[in-house]
Amino acid sequence: MPAVSKGDGMRGLAVFISDIRNCKSKEAEIKRINKELANIRSKFKGDKALDGYSKKKYVCKLLFIFLLGHDIDFGHMEAVNLLSSNKYTEKQIGYLFISVLVNSNSELIRLINNAIKNDLSSRNPTFMCLALHCIANVGSREMAEAFASEIPRILVAGDTMDSVKQSAALCLLRLYKTSPDLVLMGEWTSRVVHLLNDQHMGVVTAAISLITCLSQKNPDEFKTCVSLAVSRLSRIVSSASTDLQDYTYYFVPAPWLSCKLLRLLQCYPPPEDGAVKGRLVECLETILNKAQEPPKSKKVQHSNAKNAILFEAISLIIHYDSEPNLLVRACNQLGQFLQHRETNLRYLALESMCTLASSEFSHEAVKTHIETVINALKTERDVSVRQRAADLLYAMCDRSNAKQIVAEMLSYLETADYSIREEMVLKVAILAEKYAVDYSWYVDTILNLIRIAGDYVSEEVWYRVIQIVINRDDVQGYAAKTVFEALQAPACHENMVKVGGYILGEFGNLIAGDPRSSPLVQFNLLHSKFHLCSVPTRALLLSAYIKFINLFPETKVTIQEVLRCDSQIRNSDVELQQRAVEYLKLSSIASTDVLATVLEEMPPFPERESSILAKLKKKKGPGAVSVTELEDSKREGGELNGGADRGPDTSALAASNASTPSPSADLLGIRSAAPINVAPVSAGSLLVDVFSEAGPAAPSAAVNDDGFLRFVCKNNGVLFENQLLQIGIKSEYRQNLGRMYLFYGNKTSVQFASFTTTVSYPGELQSHILSALKPPNLQMR
Amino acid sequence: MMRFLLLFSRQGKLRLQKWFTPISEREKKKIIRDMTSMVLARQPRSCNFLHWKDLKIIYKRYASLYFCLAVDNQENELLALEVIHRYVELLDKYFGNVCELDIIFNFEKAYFILDEFLIGGEIQETSKQVVNRCIESSDMLQETMEEYMSKPAF
Repeated sequence: MPAVSKGDGMRGLAVFISDIRNCKSKEAEIKRINKELANIRSKFKGDKALDGYSKKKYVCKLLFIFLLGHDIDFGHMEAVNLLSSNKYTEKQIGYLFISVLVNSNSELIRLINNAIKNDLSSRNPTFMCLALHCIANVGSREMAEAFASEIPRILVAGDTMDSVKQSAALCLLRLYKTSPDLVLMGEWTSRVVHLLNDQHMGVVTAAISLITCLSQKNPDEFKTCVSLAVSRLSRIVSSASTDLQDYTYYFVPAPWLSCKLLRLLQCYPPPEDGAVKGRLVECLETILNKAQEPPKSKKVQHSNAKNAILFEAISLIIHYDSEPNLLVRACNQLGQFLQHRETNLRYLALESMCTLASSEFSHEAVKTHIETVINALKTERDVSVRQRAADLLYAMCDRSNAKQIVAEMLSYLETADYSIREEMVLKVAILAEKYAVDYSWYVDTILNLIRIAGDYVSEEVWYRVIQIVINRDDVQGYAAKTVFEALQAPACHENMVKVGGYILGEFGNLIAGDPRSSPLVQFNLLHSKFHLCSVPTRALLLSAYIKFINLFPETKVTIQEVLRCDSQIRNSDVELQQRAVEYLKLSSIASTDVLATVLEEMPPFPERESSILAKLKKKKGPGAVSVTELEDSKREGGELNGGADRGPDTSALAASNASTPSPSADLLGIRSAAPINVAPVSAGSLLVDVFSEAGPAAPSAAVNDDGFLRFVCKNNGVLFENQLLQIGIKSEYRQNLGRMYLFYGNKTSVQFASFTTTVSYPGELQSHILSALKPPNLQMR
Repeated sequence: MMRFLLLFSRQGKLRLQKWFTPISEREKKKIIRDMTSMVLARQPRSCNFLHWKDLKIIYKRYASLYFCLAVDNQENELLALEVIHRYVELLDKYFGNVCELDIIFNFEKAYFILDEFLIGGEIQETSKQVVNRCIESSDMLQETMEEYMSKPAF
């Protein structure tokens, strides 16, 4: 048993705790606890009214049992009774119990609220603090309803003691966070802001947390706090270490208060007032200067507090993003920390630099540290520090160092922690795509990625490489060759087989000339992996095989034999069986023209936001992807689209449409030429006026003759496309009946409002054509 | 703001748990399990910061106890480390050379000290003297050994 505890020690409690500790097994412990619970139950139900001391003791025991992990379902009433006692210790235990074991019994809540109300209106500051602490700990809606109006009054009243003011401020903050609608600041705003000038540092510390939270929700109402905060901060920063007495922490003046002031300033843009701004810049410079001075104490607490202020100041500088001088100094300071002895500082420096890297003023300065960061990536023992280094490399990547960074990240990936591999893979894929000047490098990188971390390469990544290879003519041959070589490795990841199967199926003809990669060799290579693959991959390979039959007629017999064998056409998986049977039939009965049409090369993919970027955003949360990144991805999307633009192959279609009468001039009249009205979207976004300015003539002018003359020969395709809208047409005809579908695709991320379409026919045709218009069917993609 | 503070021993036994936001009991148990396994698995020379879901975890070991504090993502990590240190200092001042046993047997006092120092997930008072004065006000009455031993033992 320990020595006598101070004050009103509860001996029975100490004995009980000793007993529990001495229990040799879990069962013994439970037995002892149950015995105690029975004892307490009987005492509570007993006839004799318990005295305050005993009640306190038993309630405390119940609390202990609860904190050990067992459920307690009684004792609340007794705890509430303790609240009305006059003895401080008994009240304390009562409040502690109800804060920890929150009960939703409304009767109890009423009683608790009553007790709190009494304590709040007593003039005793210790009791008031207890009550306020309880409200802050529980913070339930009922409490907010009961007390939200009273607490601000306590907070700003002149005769409230400082300690009570502190508790009141934070209590109000808690209530505001949980029930913002009940806490109406209106009339109290200026008085609360004025608390920043209070002479008691503790009050300022507490009040500032409240003000920061309120400012985030209502910045305009609280903007007077900025100048007050700046003057307070400069007073602290320039004070000697003896000025603030007990608020100096290991020779650092008021570190918590300084950091909070800096955080408050981060809620607002840089101050417009010249004098205020000047003072603030001076402050920040002083803080940066102090970091260079020799430390006043060897203790780690001193350096932690000093550096905490420094890092917060750097966050503020980054947030303002307007003082190039300060940004560069901040970057240099962080650069020094990158090689500091203490792991914590290296970690934080890497993290801060990530945000610095996205600012235009300091991006170059950050890049100068690339060697240090790469070194950190390779040599740090702590995995979290290595991860920050990887994040920083990703942030500082641009065209000049992309190749180096991607290479480093790939080599890191080989030994990286499994939990972070998927994210790394996505990042490498994004970087490779964004900064690829030479697309063969991109293809190499992705294939390497699959080789190194195949399991973590998600679908989006290899879809993307296929999309890019298909959209770019110049890299198709290289891709085919590289994939072919990669497949020859003895142990090949399944994703590699998928990519390889697809690419060889499309572009195998580009390397078929070389005898080492002749069609039959290619087929055998793919087929050797067939049995090792899962069902979706096999399905993909079967499609590749039928494409081979089209590309290389000499392989037809071999492949047909494979398709014909029982393991394919009687395969238990429906998809594989269907494919095998259909492909077999297709290859046997279709003429070469038809086969060529059906299996023609994939058209280029339309441009969308990179799904990889979307996946990374989803993984890391909305804050992680910087704005510049998003813009870049949109821009590069445009490039990709502008690259290869091949119209669909129309010649083959004529053959299949031989039976229908060739459309004459009449058909041209039926098309919908009316302007499409797009009403301005109320969200005030950018796409509003494109059509209305141009007037009705514009859309038809935009549909150039090339565009719709195509539809003389074919029924389906894109009739019109611009940045905002894509109109597709699909038509079918039988004898004298025709049906035409028009699809309007919204290419923006905002919804169209009041979108209407009209059809008009030039006069004479109106009598010839009976038309039935179906109303547009809104289908959101 | 701070989300929760946990104190546990090297064997994973929880000595103190303070939650600053309302969480269900099941969630709490799960978080406790996650925290203890994560922190106890860390290498000795690694940094004191971790990322867990959308929170930052700051932990420090004092003798046989691990102090584990979870804060929001925008909080300053070094300062959180000093919050832990300040709490340890307050305990030390109150108990005199505090050790784990003190916290086990006087758990309610540990909670009271915490309440004077942190409220609603924010720091309330950073002056050591002021906090100590508040805590010791309840100990105004000093009792003798005989008085203590005469109290019932159950």
